[in-house]
Amino acid sequence: MKYLDEYRNPGKVKTLLREIASITTRNWVIMEICGGQTHAFLHHGLDAMLPPQIELVHGPGCPVCVTPLEQIDKAIAIASRPDVIFTSYGDMLRVPGSTKDLFSVRAGGGDVHVVYSPLEAVQTAEGNPDKQVVFFAIGFETTAPANAMAVLQARNKHIKNFSVLVSHVRVPPAMEAILGSKSNRVQGFLAAGHVCAVMGFHEYPPIAEKYHVPIVVTGFEPIDLLNGMVSAVKQLEAGRAEAENQYQRAVKFEGNESAQRTIRSVFESVDRKWRGIGIIPQSGWGLNPDFAEFDAENRFDVGNIFTQESPLCIAGEILQGLKRPLQCAAFGRQCTQQTPLGAPMVSAEGACAAYYKYHRDVVYE
Amino acid sequence: MCLAIPGKLTDIYEKDNLRMAKIDFGGIVKEICLAYTPEAKVGEYALVHVGFAISLMDEEEAQETLKLIKEVSDFEDEISG
Repeated sequence: MKYLDEYRNPGKVKTLLREIASITTRNWVIMEICGGQTHAFLHHGLDAMLPPQIELVHGPGCPVCVTPLEQIDKAIAIASRPDVIFTSYGDMLRVPGSTKDLFSVRAGGGDVHVVYSPLEAVQTAEGNPDKQVVFFAIGFETTAPANAMAVLQARNKHIKNFSVLVSHVRVPPAMEAILGSKSNRVQGFLAAGHVCAVMGFHEYPPIAEKYHVPIVVTGFEPIDLLNGMVSAVKQLEAGRAEAENQYQRAVKFEGNESAQRTIRSVFESVDRKWRGIGIIPQSGWGLNPDFAEFDAENRFDVGNIFTQESPLCIAGEILQGLKRPLQCAAFGRQCTQQTPLGAPMVSAEGACAAYYKYHRDVVYE
Repeated sequence: MCLAIPGKLTDIYEKDNLRMAKIDFGGIVKEICLAYTPEAKVGEYALVHVGFAISLMDEEEAQETLKLIKEVSDFEDEISG
């Protein structure tokens, strides 16, 4: 199939749903990693059309959701300084820190700019030499090449008033953390298509083999999602555990090697704390020592941050697929998109936000 | 965050030693970086994430994706920041 309308063809959707139902003989728990896929499943109603034996659980692939509270609080502390212009992707502004968010910093007079591209942050630094310009470099592997290029540009142009607050995370270590947990229920994965467009999927066969789980690289259209599901269920039913690519029009095995080279030149693997989950070894990227001068944590004193999560929020269990949003006592009550307690209700990719948006007919008792 | 939007490349040029382009997202024109898709040509479609082309795609797929994004997402917000 070549054209996208074919990837949304209702007849093909029905055919694939029938195929999934026909090949499913027992209960399976399958996780889609990417928050964009979570929203696509719910938007198209596909989650409700899967056979009852398939339990779809939602993964940690929402960078806004997993950015640790400490980093949000550090961002808020830095953005509150009068000598700083703080630049960020828009979806970070409403994420609750311990006491407030970046929007409230801006409302209180802080200079907080939303940028479309990290190169805009570099330009802002060039145009405001009397200010310290800080960029909030968050995201998964899809976003890392852009953020890395911003740091390279700042160096190449000798811009001294630019720094980055880094909180990059990587998908494969998170998958291993989920699979290695005693409470893991996930038996198969739909892997994140755009992460793989950058990174390829050569990291996945060893994980599939080690934990004996099928991992299917999957796109974002209804047919993509269901093809991914067919592949995962076929493997599970046959007792196979392989890495497969169902998103071949966008993903090559080796990925975008130029982007990977740039990531490696600027970042190094680091242990990273994930919000609601905890520290996952070697699950993040931080600036490598060659670029330490651009690290906002070296430039500003943010070492004494005291964090306080809402005791009502179960984001960590949601992000590991241990619970679903409707199993949270606060969902739709204390926690709504207007009054979010945790990042998964804020982010456009958060599982809680997806349930809130698409399951308004649910009666909460 | 991992949403990637397709657009049509209308102009390609060098800026600050980077290969850049003007790209048309269904009527809204933005500047993007082609550092990771150096083979891109004017008239082709690129899949764009945070101002960088991460891959190239054909016109029909791009147009259909744009149509869907306009229907179901905060497209204006996404590309105007």
